[in-house]
Amino acid sequence: MSELTREETEALIQEVLEVYPEKARKDRAKHLAVNDQSVEQSKKCITSNRKSLPGVMTVRGCAYAGSKGVVWGPIKDMIHISHGPVGCGQYSRAGRRNYYVGTTGVDTFGTMNFTSDFQEKDIVFGGDKKLAKLIAEIEQLFPLHKGISVQSECPIGLIGDDIEAVAKKGAKEMNKPIVPVRCEGFRGVSQSLGHHIANDSIRDWVLDKRDGQPFEATPYDVSIIGDYNIGGDAWSSRILLEEMGLRVVSQWSGDGTLAEIEKTPKVKLNLLHCYRSMNYISRHMEEKYGIPWLEYNFFGPTKIAESLRAIAAHFDDTIKEGAERVIAKYQPMMEAVIAKYKPRLQGKTVMLYVGGLRPRHVIGAYEDLGMKVIGTGYEFAHNDDYDRTIKEMGNATLLYDDATGFELEEFIKRIKPDLVGSGIKEKYVFQKMGIPLRQMHSWDYSGPYHGYDGFAIFARDMDMAISNPCWSKQTPPWKKLPEAAETSELKKVA
Amino acid sequence: MANIMVRKDAAGAYSFYLPKRDLEDAIVSMEFDSADKWGGEIRLNNGGAYYIEPQALPGRFPISLRARRLDAPE
Repeated sequence: MSELTREETEALIQEVLEVYPEKARKDRAKHLAVNDQSVEQSKKCITSNRKSLPGVMTVRGCAYAGSKGVVWGPIKDMIHISHGPVGCGQYSRAGRRNYYVGTTGVDTFGTMNFTSDFQEKDIVFGGDKKLAKLIAEIEQLFPLHKGISVQSECPIGLIGDDIEAVAKKGAKEMNKPIVPVRCEGFRGVSQSLGHHIANDSIRDWVLDKRDGQPFEATPYDVSIIGDYNIGGDAWSSRILLEEMGLRVVSQWSGDGTLAEIEKTPKVKLNLLHCYRSMNYISRHMEEKYGIPWLEYNFFGPTKIAESLRAIAAHFDDTIKEGAERVIAKYQPMMEAVIAKYKPRLQGKTVMLYVGGLRPRHVIGAYEDLGMKVIGTGYEFAHNDDYDRTIKEMGNATLLYDDATGFELEEFIKRIKPDLVGSGIKEKYVFQKMGIPLRQMHSWDYSGPYHGYDGFAIFARDMDMAISNPCWSKQTPPWKKLPEAAETSELKKVA
Repeated sequence: MANIMVRKDAAGAYSFYLPKRDLEDAIVSMEFDSADKWGGEIRLNNGGAYYIEPQALPGRFPISLRARRLDAPE
C-alpha cells in the first residue's frame, strides 16, 4: 500500500482510538504519534514508560524478565536461581536463544532452570531456609560454577524474605560470589526496571571485585556491552572488532562469564549496543573508572561502516586503518547480497513492534535492502529512546508506545505493510491475516543478524518471509472470481 | 532532593542525567561556572530547573551530585 500522509496517519490514530472509553482514549492518545523529524524532544509528541492500562492487551514483561531473562541469564558460568514459584523460570527457560560455548550442566548453565519451587509452606514460613539449602546443593552438584545470582520472583518481596543475609552467609561458606537481585516482577511498569535493577546489582556486587588487581592491558581493550548473543549476534560482532585490531575483553552478557564482567573496568572503551538495558552500567563506569562509552549499530552495511569508523575514531591510526580494511574487505560480499535481494525487496514496507534497541537499529538494515519502515514502536522504551528514534524514522510514519493488541491489529489491517517485525505473540495473528511476519526478538530461530555475516542472513530471511508463495494462496479457489477461474480453465483445455 | 549526574558531552557542553527517571537533557544555563564556584541554579533544555549547592569545580566529569528540584515540567 502506498504511504500515508500526515493527515491520513493522524486520522487513522483517531479512528483506532474511537473504540476506547473516554478516559482510556485520553491515556492511549499520548502513546500514539505521527513522526515529525523536526521535533527535538520526543516527550512533546509521545509519552513512554508509563503503567499499561488495565483491560488492554499489552505484550510487556516484568522486572524479573528484565533481570533474569535479559541481563543476568546469559552469564553462562553462573547459576541463576529463579527464587520463588517454579513457573517464572520454567516458562522462560532457554527461550531467548542466547548462544554460548561450554558444557551445559558442567561448567556452563545457560539453558538450565534452577528454581526454589515455592510451596504454600514457604510463603507462610518464609523461604530463606530453602534458599540456603538450595545454595548448598548447587555447590555440591555443580562444583564448577563460578557464582550464583538469586533472582527474586514476586512472592519474595511480598513476604519480606532476607535474601541478602542468606546470600552473604552462603558466599562466605563456599567462597564464591552470591548476588541477591531484588527484581520482583511487580516492580516498575515493564521489564525496563528489571534491567536497571540488574545493572545496579552488578555494580554493587560484582564490578569492583578486581579493582587494584594486576591486569595485562593493551591500548586497544574494549568491551561489548548490551549484546546478548541471540543466535550468535555477539560473535558476528566480535570478529569485526577483532579484525580491526581491537581486543574484546568482555561480552555483556551474551556468551559472557563472571570473570569477563569483573575485568570490564580495565578496558579503554565500552561499546554499547543495547542502550536501553545497559546504559546504566556504562554511565557508572564512565563516572567511576573514566571509561567513555559509545553507542553503535551493527545492523546493515551502512550502519556497520558508520559504527566501525566511530569506534575507530577513539583509537590511533592503526585501528582507523583496520576499520577501513574491514569495511573494504566485506564490501564485495555486501554488494553481492544487496544485488541479489534488493530487486526482490525494493519498495516493500515494514512495520516493527519490538523492544530494546531494534525498533530503531534495524531501520538502516531494511533501508539497505531498499525497504521502508513505515511504523515502529517499543514495548518498554523511555523518552531517550524515542529521542533517538525520531531522527531515524521518516516523516509522517507511525510511532506507537506500548501498543495494545487491538491497536496493533487495527494499524496493520489499515496500513497493510508487506512485512511485520514483531514477536511470537503477534506472529500467527498477522500471518492468518495474510501478512508475513518475522520474529525480531529471537530472529525467528535464525540468526545472527549483527555484523556483515549477519546481514547476509537477515536479507535472506526477509526475502524468504516476503517472497514465500503461500501469501498468494490466501484465497481458496472457490472464492476466487469466477471469470478468472474460467479463463484459466479454458486455457488449460485449449 | 534527587541524585543527578552531570557529564560533559562530546562538544564539551554540560549534560544532565536523572537516573531515577532516565531523563537525559542538555543544561542550557548554569548560575556559577568558574573554577572556585560552580553549580547553583541550572536550567535544562526541557524547561526544568534544579539547584546544585555551589561548590568548587569538580575535577572530573561525569559526576554524581545531589540536586534540589526547583521546577520541572513533568
